[in-house]
Amino acid sequence: MSQDSSATLPAVPEGLQGVTADWSADKQAFPVPWGKAMMWIFLLSDTFIFSCFLISYMNVRMSTTTPWPNPSEVFSLTVFGTAVPLFLIAIMTMILITSSGTMAMAVNYGYRRDRTKTALLMFATALLGLSFVGMQAFEWSKLILEEGVRPWGNPMGAAQFGSAFFMITGFHGLHVSCGVIYLSVVATRVLNGFYERKGTYETVEVAGLYWHFVDLVWVFIFAFFYLW
Amino acid sequence: MAFVAIADRDHEHALHDPETFIRKYIWSQDHKVIAIQYALVAIGIGLVALVMSVLMRLQLGFPDTFSLIAPQDYYQYITMHGMIMVIYLLTALFLGGFGNYLIPLMCGSRDMVFPYMNMLSFWFYLLAVLVLVAGLFVPGGPTGAGWTLYPPQAIAPGTPGHGWGIICMLASLAIFVVAFTMGGLNYVTTILQARCKGMTLMRMPLSVWGIFMATILGLLAFPALFVSCVMMTLDHSLGTSFFMPAVVQMGQQTVHSGGSPLLFQHLFWFFGHPEVYIVALPAFGIVSDLLSVHARRNIFGYRMMVWAILAIGCLSFVVWAHHMYVSGMNPYFGFFFATTTLIIAVPTAIKVYNWILTLYKGDIHLTVPMLFAIGFIFTFINGGLTGLFLGNVTVDVPLSGTYFVVAHFHMVMGVSPILVVFGAIYHWYPKITGRLLDDRLGRIHFWATFIGTYAIYLPMHYLGILGVPRRYYSYSDSIDFIGQNVHIANEWITISAVFVAAVQLVFLFNLAWSLRKGRDAGPNPWRATSLEWQTPDTPPKHGNWGKDLPVVYRWPYDYSVPGAPQDFIPQDVPPGDPRAGNAPAGRDHGVHH
Repeated sequence: MSQDSSATLPAVPEGLQGVTADWSADKQAFPVPWGKAMMWIFLLSDTFIFSCFLISYMNVRMSTTTPWPNPSEVFSLTVFGTAVPLFLIAIMTMILITSSGTMAMAVNYGYRRDRTKTALLMFATALLGLSFVGMQAFEWSKLILEEGVRPWGNPMGAAQFGSAFFMITGFHGLHVSCGVIYLSVVATRVLNGFYERKGTYETVEVAGLYWHFVDLVWVFIFAFFYLW
Repeated sequence: MAFVAIADRDHEHALHDPETFIRKYIWSQDHKVIAIQYALVAIGIGLVALVMSVLMRLQLGFPDTFSLIAPQDYYQYITMHGMIMVIYLLTALFLGGFGNYLIPLMCGSRDMVFPYMNMLSFWFYLLAVLVLVAGLFVPGGPTGAGWTLYPPQAIAPGTPGHGWGIICMLASLAIFVVAFTMGGLNYVTTILQARCKGMTLMRMPLSVWGIFMATILGLLAFPALFVSCVMMTLDHSLGTSFFMPAVVQMGQQTVHSGGSPLLFQHLFWFFGHPEVYIVALPAFGIVSDLLSVHARRNIFGYRMMVWAILAIGCLSFVVWAHHMYVSGMNPYFGFFFATTTLIIAVPTAIKVYNWILTLYKGDIHLTVPMLFAIGFIFTFINGGLTGLFLGNVTVDVPLSGTYFVVAHFHMVMGVSPILVVFGAIYHWYPKITGRLLDDRLGRIHFWATFIGTYAIYLPMHYLGILGVPRRYYSYSDSIDFIGQNVHIANEWITISAVFVAAVQLVFLFNLAWSLRKGRDAGPNPWRATSLEWQTPDTPPKHGNWGKDLPVVYRWPYDYSVPGAPQDFIPQDVPPGDPRAGNAPAGRDHGVHH
């Protein structure tokens, strides 16, 4: 609670009531910029979207009467003549997690007002994101062209395998692609001094929140799709 | 990082007033203009749905006289009527309309936190409405799947509009969700982060609380609708089988197999039940303020009212399957959902008692807004009590396919919120336009609508208990158990419905006529305390507050305070001010005098 509120507000009570009074104090509930607060709320809403997708996937996987294809066979990649299960997807996951690291560093340098390093790290993050989407495109084309997986059916088993896979990874890939554009725009603005003139680099952190969220969602998709 | 709250910022350079007509009224970022745009589009499309209901009633009441609707089109009318009323009228009007208008004014903000996004929200909503309307004109007509769009029949051949109609519907809903999300994020962030000095959460008017909680429900419930729209579109267009089981249709095995129609129902109602409260909670909040202002009395149990709103909001996420008692589920689930459903009656009853206790010994002014607010208490208690019947599995099963459900649902979710909408328009119209709506026409509108409502829906309950099935195009012949009294009731209902629909023309005329010819309202015609009535200009200008933001010293319910010279003390009156007299210093919340 800010100090000049004493004229307008009653004294803050002790204990738990004091905590409530403080939290529901005037002007703002959280000491954060609007953009950051809004991004958190948006991510909460987006969490519900992905939850609905994943729960629906689990539901159709249980309701279908046809056997489910074995993920470690479907998603294996032949490297030097041997089929390595989950090879591509392991690399993709690593790339995405690495990009979260570069993003976190970008946020740090943003608050230190180091324009060049912030922008470079953000471009690096976007580039990693782009390579993730590229590999996803490779994975999709391999599934479609070589293995004959279609949204409406596949030779390995339940039709819902392809439906849920393309829908959910597609929706996530869309999020990553949007993130790449978002990060590129913010990074360009970092570079041309937009935030320097504005006086705050909070937008870098807001973009970072979104990026970390997209990574976190991937961890769940990875676990439920590739490891189950 | 230290962040300076807006109330502490320098306001000298804060405002960039729009200058051209287009920037001011069309491509506008002002929350008040966006609110009016939302409201006008919502009312416009709502009138389409109203006309549809009149046509359906004429068909049902006089099956042998009128042939306005062909039998195969009847479901399309039902579907579009329901969907438009629930989503494109009520949700959009309460949140996009009243939410936009009231939140910044009641919280003491200059605008929503991200006005540009707020503007986009409206244009996406308009796009959603246009796609919906386009559905009326595509080959095959709009979808006739019922407003719940249950698969398999929603996309199966044989259902009207199973081609383009359902696609337009699903696309329109998805766009609506996007539009709502952009607006809703603004509403929540504005309420949480952009209040003026002294405006604590527990000093917010209950209207803001209701809209706040409804918006949170929307942000968490619309995702389920969005996801089910995506999956049904894929089932329809790509031949996937999320919702579609193996079906033999007209002797042909369809391409689908292994999907779960029940999954759709769960997703739909996970959205659908909170949706009831997305509409109801803003109505609860607004009606609390109407009752308090026009009874010149503080709202009874403010703190309990806030907690009840929060409790209803949370509980609304764990009751969805009470819409699915007849869909087939484990009896223990039915037990669980019946229990949670009945528990939600507790906070709701707290609110109803508090409204009545607010009126008790109040200085009641029977103004038009007050009439509508009191009318709401009647219809809401009626609709709530029949909800107790339908919340119990064993009672719901025989009633579920009958007109009892139609009557309950229209009473609690149709009529009740609409009465609040009317009351709220009569209440805030003077602030929006600077002129009062005509009182005499308002009274005619109220009594005709209120009595007409009962004339329509009371007999419908009776029809339901008789077992008259809903979703039938005609009861004229070949159904033995439909007696002569049913036909008489149906005629009566139809005559009443046509009458009530016609009376709404009086309201529309009043809206248009009072815009130019209405009595000048002044800044605060109802002598209300909350901030929107304390603006320097009426109607409020861009930026709302002139040079300085208001400072709040008390809760919004200081009515008839002993020791004060007038029977209300506005929220921005400091202690010691002559307007406060020797009334006790500003309080936070419902501590009694």
